[in-house]
Amino acid sequence: MKKRYQRGIRVALVLAGVGIAVALMLRAFDENILYFYTPRQVVAGEAPDGRRFRLGGLVTLGSIEREPGSLKVSFLVTDNQKTLTVEYEGVLPDLFRDGQGVIAHGAMNDKGVFVADEVLAKHDENYMPPEVAEALKEVHGENES
Amino acid sequence: MLSDFLHMGGYAGYVWSSFGLTAAVLLLNLAGARRQFKQRLAFVRQRAAAEDQT
Amino acid sequence: MWKLFHQFGSPPHFYRLAGHLIPWFGGAALVLILVATYGGLVLAPADYQQGDGFRIIYVHVPSASMSLFAYTLMAVAAGTGLIWRIKLAHAVAAAVAPIGASFTFLALATGSIWGKPMWGTWWAWDARLTSELILLFLFLGYMSLRAAYDDTGKADRASGLLAVVGVVNVPIIHYSVVWWNSLHQGATIIKLGKPAITGDMLWPLLTMLAGFGCYFATVLMIRTRSQVLQRERNSRWLMDL
Repeated sequence: MKKRYQRGIRVALVLAGVGIAVALMLRAFDENILYFYTPRQVVAGEAPDGRRFRLGGLVTLGSIEREPGSLKVSFLVTDNQKTLTVEYEGVLPDLFRDGQGVIAHGAMNDKGVFVADEVLAKHDENYMPPEVAEALKEVHGENES
Repeated sequence: MLSDFLHMGGYAGYVWSSFGLTAAVLLLNLAGARRQFKQRLAFVRQRAAAEDQT
Repeated sequence: MWKLFHQFGSPPHFYRLAGHLIPWFGGAALVLILVATYGGLVLAPADYQQGDGFRIIYVHVPSASMSLFAYTLMAVAAGTGLIWRIKLAHAVAAAVAPIGASFTFLALATGSIWGKPMWGTWWAWDARLTSELILLFLFLGYMSLRAAYDDTGKADRASGLLAVVGVVNVPIIHYSVVWWNSLHQGATIIKLGKPAITGDMLWPLLTMLAGFGCYFATVLMIRTRSQVLQRERNSRWLMDL
């Protein structure tokens, strides 16, 4: 009788453990399921009000402005429908550059500028050597990333 | 040339730790599986030998 | 055909057949993995964006693919065992779990290592990463649940149920990058149209995938034979081995 009781406790603990872990992750999942909002979504008012959220899009070509002597940088993020200005101070990932996908974490200030405290680079699923990339650029022109 | 290869364009730490970790896990998995098999086979053989004597 | 299936479901037949196949699959795994490693680290050109850092793909993607394949196999085996009450099916499911958990761990770990320089973070709670982490917890949960029972039959049924219920996570993981805005990018190989990766970068990836597959088969057969030794330890045919 005691053995059955012990086993019952063990099973219950395992299931509870798995259940709690999954529940926690589903909560994180739920908050982040829409991992970022695009500029169009933000302008349309779909992003959470007064809360931090993530803004995702492409860095507009030629828009990166760095303040000399500091880690302050500003750039434009676009989804080719709407464009927002982002201000950030800190280290940027290796892949951050013109035309690159980015995901910035922060909030809109009252001047309509997105102030970020974290900027991640997002890359696409394409892999190719530099020569191929160069050849593609010549074919498609400079407007695409 | 070898140093370029090991350097992995500046990503050495990331690339080599990934490959090293993968090799380690795959080898440990294989070793663990074989050890478990040998243990259980030994147990069955013991049992069979004991039975033969009765 | 039915005879073949029936034979396959018989532990002594499986035990013998697997014993013959293991060295072949093991040898193939070794060759394929070595060739793929050389191809991926030496022969493949560096990526235009990620440089030599992209080479992590050669261990990350095969691990992730195997983690999904392993879980699906575990769920199918467990389901087969539950529906048709074939003990060998449960043995296979039990044998898959630790291997699947290992591949899931590798997918998460190598992915994290890759993410740090490229994305700028070790971890993100986006749909792809979160659901893959849930997969690891499902594997671990299956193994823990199994260990909680002394009786093999009850262990089979309880853990089998978890395996089958959890399989819904597999399509979620695969389609997460399509269904939701994520940090993780979309599919490179499995997509309609040409793969988004050049040939000289692709072949080591496919070779490594084949190598991991043969490795998986090898270790699975070893572990399933172990399961058979344990489950059938009182039976006649085993004593006569």
